[in-house]
Amino acid sequence: MTSPAIRLAGVRRTFEAPGGSTLIALDGVDLEVAPNEVVALIGPNGSGKSTLLRVIGGLLTADGGTVEVEGRAVTGPDPAVGFVFQEPRLLPWRDVLANVALPLELAGTPRAEREARAHDLLRLVGLDGFAAERPTRLSGGMRQRVALARALALGPSILLLDEPFSALDELTRERFDIELLNLWQKTSTTVVLVTHSMTEAVFLADRTLVLSPRPGRVVATVPSPLGRPRRLADLGSAATAEAAAEVRAALGDIRALSADPDPADLAAVRAGSEGPS
Amino acid sequence: MSAQPRRPGRLIRSAVPVVLGLVVFIVVWQMVVFLGRYPDYILPGPWTVLQRFATAWTEGTMAPEVAATLQEIVLGFVFGAGIGLAAGYALARSRVVGLVLSPYLVAAQSTPILALAPLLILWFGPGLLSKIVICSLIVFFPVAVSTAVGFRSVDPRLLELGRSLRATPRQILMTLEVPAAMPSIMGGIRVGVTLAVVGAIVAEWVSPESGLGVLINLARGSLFDIPLMFAALLMLALVGVGLYGIAVLVERWLVGDRG
Repeated sequence: MTSPAIRLAGVRRTFEAPGGSTLIALDGVDLEVAPNEVVALIGPNGSGKSTLLRVIGGLLTADGGTVEVEGRAVTGPDPAVGFVFQEPRLLPWRDVLANVALPLELAGTPRAEREARAHDLLRLVGLDGFAAERPTRLSGGMRQRVALARALALGPSILLLDEPFSALDELTRERFDIELLNLWQKTSTTVVLVTHSMTEAVFLADRTLVLSPRPGRVVATVPSPLGRPRRLADLGSAATAEAAAEVRAALGDIRALSADPDPADLAAVRAGSEGPS
Repeated sequence: MSAQPRRPGRLIRSAVPVVLGLVVFIVVWQMVVFLGRYPDYILPGPWTVLQRFATAWTEGTMAPEVAATLQEIVLGFVFGAGIGLAAGYALARSRVVGLVLSPYLVAAQSTPILALAPLLILWFGPGLLSKIVICSLIVFFPVAVSTAVGFRSVDPRLLELGRSLRATPRQILMTLEVPAAMPSIMGGIRVGVTLAVVGAIVAEWVSPESGLGVLINLARGSLFDIPLMFAALLMLALVGVGLYGIAVLVERWLVGDRG
């Protein structure tokens, strides 16, 4: 077996809560992601999904345990890792091209080279005609595609996506899911995706990991029954619905097991289980 | 960062109301003089002022005073804005600096510059230096405050993006923080430029050596040449408007069109 692209063992992360108490966001997280695999992270609010993604991406350090990316211990953001945030986080004073070229610019790539590369990336996400536009003139979906192109600028082997489509409407989101899969096939990257949608998790990922609320821990793994490549029709298939139901059941267990349920967590589970019917 | 190319039609369209406003202003001025039958030593008409303005330039009265005042304004502004930018950044980035400095800043700002000027002239002498200090002091505050506000309001999510792209602290400052803070900083610069004109005139009144402030006083007093006083006032207004215009152009160039 090839060495994993991402390996976490016994990862713990705490935060200083206001009032001096310590909040355990993650505890005992074990996780392995194979190269080229797509893994979805799902869990109620407070299960530390975003924290976990930031620990993998080197934006937050773990308080304990091992975090490795391609066999290297993670000590900070790694050039092999591209991050897509929940919001596009584009620089409004730059045009689309310069936004996509930002990572290359920071890495010291000469102007002509980085602009050529940025054009290629924009073509890849279908926005080449918008290179000279300001981000504010684009729709939310287009902005997120620019952010995706930017995350691919340094040719990362691993993509971390933190609920990248959560602000989009259902239809746009489905189109995005397909585009993301196409992109994944063209770029052959390892993908870790945080999502609130069970169907999206099953549709995009090879495996869906269910996290428990505080302290966050992987409590269930649901493999996707779908083969590759995936088609839009898979989204409404019985197999997808079945796997999504399995994820829902795992989330439901958390709810039942939780002795003193956090109302916010319950609300999140309820909102999450209202997924597409 | 570049402004959008302007079509000449748009420029003319925006120039029309400006010219029209000026014409109305001059006509009203002339009518007040005419109807009130004011003598030149109370309110000279626009034509009289314009003529005096022209002769003040041809006879060489105006140029050296304008040069002196401009020198005070420019140097005072550069120092005041420079220190204001640095202090504003320090205020935004360090809680301790904010806690320690803020009371002094506010105290210095709420003391009228006119009350402080004699002391500064006592300390720094009657020459150019004291005028630069007075000018800087009045420019400093708005620039420092708007810079601090600008840097404090930089979206922390942009900074996280910078970290995820492994930007160095210097790159984060130059590519993310400074451009993000620029609209606010330029707001302070615009206020600072106009206040620099006030600072220079206050300094010249407290310690009259040369400059438009001195010319205004001389024309009103020993020369009793009220049209010259109005010409000097006109020149002062032109300097203020010109400097403000430069600040707006710089702002347009640096901030650009953010949609």
